[in-house]
Amino acid sequence: MSARADVRIASYASGGRVAYLLAALGGALGALARWGVAEALPRDDGGWPWATLLVNLSGCLLMGVLLGVLAGREPEPAWARPLLGVGVLGGYTTYSAFAVEAVDLTDAGAAVPAAGYVLVSVVGGVLAVAAGVRLARPR
Amino acid sequence: MTPLLVAAGALVGAPVRLLATRLAAGRGRDPALGTLAVNVAGSAVLGVLLGLGDVPAGVVALVGTGFCGTLTTFSTFGADVVRLVAERAVGRALGYATASVVLGLGAAAAGYALAG
Repeated sequence: MSARADVRIASYASGGRVAYLLAALGGALGALARWGVAEALPRDDGGWPWATLLVNLSGCLLMGVLLGVLAGREPEPAWARPLLGVGVLGGYTTYSAFAVEAVDLTDAGAAVPAAGYVLVSVVGGVLAVAAGVRLARPR
Repeated sequence: MTPLLVAAGALVGAPVRLLATRLAAGRGRDPALGTLAVNVAGSAVLGVLLGLGDVPAGVVALVGTGFCGTLTTFSTFGADVVRLVAERAVGRALGYATASVVLGLGAAAAGYALAG
């Protein structure tokens, strides 16, 4: 992997102030999708957080695909990272619900499931990004 | 009504997160520090909100699901770790992941405690 490709795995938006608008619009779309998944997969008190796990792992996979696709574009479209990366996928995935649910599981006396939830989310998320990049990176 | 409140909170959360990563990068720091900051802050606010217990559902949708959910991110966190590993900064990648978990869960627990 070249140093240049390494740098381009970065998921942040460059560009000017219009990036904030694109991030806001994309973020609203992503958040609505996350809310839809949570409505479809309601969680019992102290239950396993399937909805958050699903959005975070699928969002990480899609982020990897996005970054892999952009690594093959020269020049890359300026709207892509702020709208799709920061916005849609940033808003679709969430850290705050993950953190609160992990604390919830611990408070409910489910320390082992809590640790498992953290491990599956973090390790699974990182592996999902890497898998997405590999899937999409031009050969 | 609920989807509108979720979207309204998200319209604010996403640009604030972008601002945080740009502030970190603008000071010559790794932009991941900006992501870490919003993830910890959003976890603390959500902890307080849910710890209060008797918050109206509309406020949870606007501030919790919309704002905190979108201010924080898991996909950029994962991408940060992969990028740091690709840059052969494995120690920093592990440190970043550990700090995110310890500080994020700590902030959520502190928020609960503060509210409860």
